[in-house]
Amino acid sequence: MPRKGILVDRPYERLTREQVELIHQASMQILTDPGLISFNREAVDILHSHGAAVESIAGDHQSWQVKIPEQVVLSAIDSAPKTVKLGARNPDNTLIMHGDEPRVYLVTGSETNIWLDVDFPTYVNKADPTREIRMPEFKPRRGTVDDLCQSAHVCEHLEMVDGYIRTVNIQDRDITEENKDVNKFFASLNNNTKHFMSGLTSLKQLDNVVRMAELIAGGKKALEDNPIISFITCLVKSPLQFVDDTTDTFIEVCRRGLPIVVSSSPQAGTTAPIREAGIMAQINAEVLAGITLGQLVKPGTPVLYGSVPVRARMDTLGDSYGSVETSQYNIDCVQMARFYGLPNYSTSGVCDSKIPGQQSSIERLFSDIVVAMSGPQYLHCAFGLLDCNSVFCLLQAVLDDAHFKMIELFLRQPRIDQTELEAVLKQIREVVATPQKLYIGYIRPVLRSGEISGLYPFEGGGEADDVFELAYERMKELLARPVEHIDPETTARIFEEIPGVLPRLNIYERGD
Amino acid sequence: MPEDIISLIQENVIQGRMTRDDEGMDEGIVGQPGVTELVEKALASGLSIQDIITKGLSGGMNIVGQKFEAGEYFIPDMLASAQAVGAAMEILEPHLAGSGVNAKGKIIVATVKDDLHDIGKNIVSILLRGAGYTVKDLGNNVDIQVIVDAVREEKPQFLGLSALLTSTMARMADVIQMLEENGLRDQVKIVVGGAPVSEEFAKSIGADGYGADGFQAVAVVEALSSGTEN
Repeated sequence: MPRKGILVDRPYERLTREQVELIHQASMQILTDPGLISFNREAVDILHSHGAAVESIAGDHQSWQVKIPEQVVLSAIDSAPKTVKLGARNPDNTLIMHGDEPRVYLVTGSETNIWLDVDFPTYVNKADPTREIRMPEFKPRRGTVDDLCQSAHVCEHLEMVDGYIRTVNIQDRDITEENKDVNKFFASLNNNTKHFMSGLTSLKQLDNVVRMAELIAGGKKALEDNPIISFITCLVKSPLQFVDDTTDTFIEVCRRGLPIVVSSSPQAGTTAPIREAGIMAQINAEVLAGITLGQLVKPGTPVLYGSVPVRARMDTLGDSYGSVETSQYNIDCVQMARFYGLPNYSTSGVCDSKIPGQQSSIERLFSDIVVAMSGPQYLHCAFGLLDCNSVFCLLQAVLDDAHFKMIELFLRQPRIDQTELEAVLKQIREVVATPQKLYIGYIRPVLRSGEISGLYPFEGGGEADDVFELAYERMKELLARPVEHIDPETTARIFEEIPGVLPRLNIYERGD
Repeated sequence: MPEDIISLIQENVIQGRMTRDDEGMDEGIVGQPGVTELVEKALASGLSIQDIITKGLSGGMNIVGQKFEAGEYFIPDMLASAQAVGAAMEILEPHLAGSGVNAKGKIIVATVKDDLHDIGKNIVSILLRGAGYTVKDLGNNVDIQVIVDAVREEKPQFLGLSALLTSTMARMADVIQMLEENGLRDQVKIVVGGAPVSEEFAKSIGADGYGADGFQAVAVVEALSSGTEN
C-alpha cells in the first residue's frame, strides 16, 4: 500500500485553459528561437541526432546554441511516464504519482549549509526580578553528518513527511568531495525508511550510491521495482542554459533508468522576466528541454517536472521565496505539468525569515496552503528550512509537520451526499424536539473517527506563548523514539563494498 | 450477578451510553443495555440505591473525570456520561426517600431576561444532573418575576443565572435585588456565569459564586453545598 498523500479533489488553478496553451506555445517558440545554450557536448550531440539545430558559439567556454523542434519535445513528453513510482525501504512508504491526479505528497529539502540549534535561556524582568521567562535562542552552525542523521531520524517520525530530501549539507572535517555522496546517502537511508531523493556532489560517486541502494533494496532488479532512491539535478541554469557537469550527471542517471527530477529555478526579475507570462514561458521551456534530453537518452525514464521559480527581492536582488508571486508561479507550474500529464515536483514553504517566528510562519503557511491546494504530486515543502533555504532548524520541521496536518484536514473532500443528508436531517428533527436543543450527543462518533480537527498541538496554558517550547519537547520525544535502521548484514556489506562511508556511521560497530 | 449490574452501570457511564441505542466509545455495543435500562434492572433486582449511585453512577463519573483530566476524554464525552447519570437519577428519584441516600439538592437555572443564549446554561444543567442534583430549567429570556416565583415555590438550595451579553448581565443584579425585596435571598445560594461575567462582577452584585465554565459551575455548587467555598 503506497502512502495516501493528500488528494485534492478540485485543485486550485490560476490559469485558464487558453492561458495554459498560450504558455505552451510560447515555450515551444523559445526552444526554437532563441533555443538553449548548452555547455555540455554530449547533450548537444544527443539533441542534434534527433533533429535539433546546433550551432557553435564563439567564446571562452565551449558552448552551442541548440534549437529543439516542437515535434521532438512533444514526442519526449509522450514517452515520459505519466505515472512515476518512488519506492522506499519500507514499502508502506512508497509514493505513486499520476500526472493527472492531484494527489500531494509532502517532502523535505533542500540542502542547507547552516544548522540552527535551539536553546531556551531564562530572562529576568529588570523591573521585577521575581518574574522570569524562557525565550528561544537560535544559534547557527555548520551542518554535520550527525545533524543529517538526526534530521532523517525525526523526519521518519513526522507523520506528514512522505519522502525525504536531505536537509543539511554535511561539512565535517573528514567529509570530502569524494566521500560526501556515499555518506549523505547512507546517513539518510539508515535513519529513514521513506523515499530518499538527493542530488549528487560528484558524478564519480553515482555507481557507489546506486550499488548501496541495490544492496538495501535487495539487488539490481529489486531496485528497479522499488526505486528507494531518486535524483534531482539542476541541469538548467536560467536563462535557458544546459550546465556542463550537472547535465553529465543527468544523462548518467537517465541511462540507469532511476527516477529523476528535471528542476529549473529561474528568478523573476534577474534570470527570468519579471512578468508572470515571461517567467512561466521560460521555466516551462527549460523544464521541457531537460525532459526532452532525458527521454532521448533513455525513453521511458521516470521523470518529474520540477519547478522552483522565485521572484527577486527588490532590495538585494536575492531570492524572495516569501513573496506572493513565488507562490503564483509555483501554482502555474503545477498546471503546466498537469497539462502534459506529468507528475510535478513543486515548491512551497520556503521563507525569507532567518529564524522561526511570526514572519516565518506567515510566509511558509501562505505558500504551503495555496500551493498544496493546486495539487502538485511531489511538494518539496521546505520542512524546517529558513532564510531562503540556507538554514535548517529541526524545531521548525516539527512545527511544519503540525501545520501540514491542519492543511491536510482543510483539503479533505466534503462529505455531502444523500445518505449523509438523511442522517443529519434525522438529527435536526430529533434535537429540535428536545428541551435543550443541543447536538453535542452526536459529536462523539465524528470525533473518534478523526474527522474533526484537533486543538493546535502546541497550545500552551494561560496567556503565555509556549509554542516553541512545546514543539521542542515534541522534537526531543521524536529523537528518543527508535528508527528502523538498515539490518546488520546489509550494513556490513555496505561497509565492505562501498568505499568512503565513515566508520562512525556503522551503528553495529559502535554498539548503539 | 448484582455486582455485575453495578459494574455494568459504571462501565456504561464511562461509555456515555444512556440507552441501548447509544454508540458509546467501543465498537459493537449498540443494542446492549445502557445506563437507564441497567438502573431499571438493578431496581427490579432489589439492589441497594446507595450502591447504584455511589458505586455505579458516581464511580463511573469519577473515572470519566479522570479521563477528562488526562486529555483522553473531551467535553462531549463528559456530557454524554453526565446525561446518562442525569437520566438515571430521574429514575431513582422516587426511591431516594428511605434509601439512606441524601438527595444532593435542587437547583433552578435560567438565562436572564432579554438574553436568548442558552448553550452554556444547558451544558451546566446536564453536568449538574450528572453530578446528582435535581435541576429545574426555566429556559432563556426569563422574566425576573418568574425566577423569583420559582424560588418561592420550588425552594431550591441553588439558583444559577446565565447571561451572554454585557447588556443583559445587569439583569442578574436585578434578580438578586428582587429576591432580597421579597425576603427570599437568604434561603438560596446564587451562582452566576456566562461569557461577560467575572468573579469580580459576581461579587459586586452579591452572588455567592461564579463559574467560568460548566465544570467550574458544578465545582462551585459542590463547594457551596459542603460549605467549603472560598
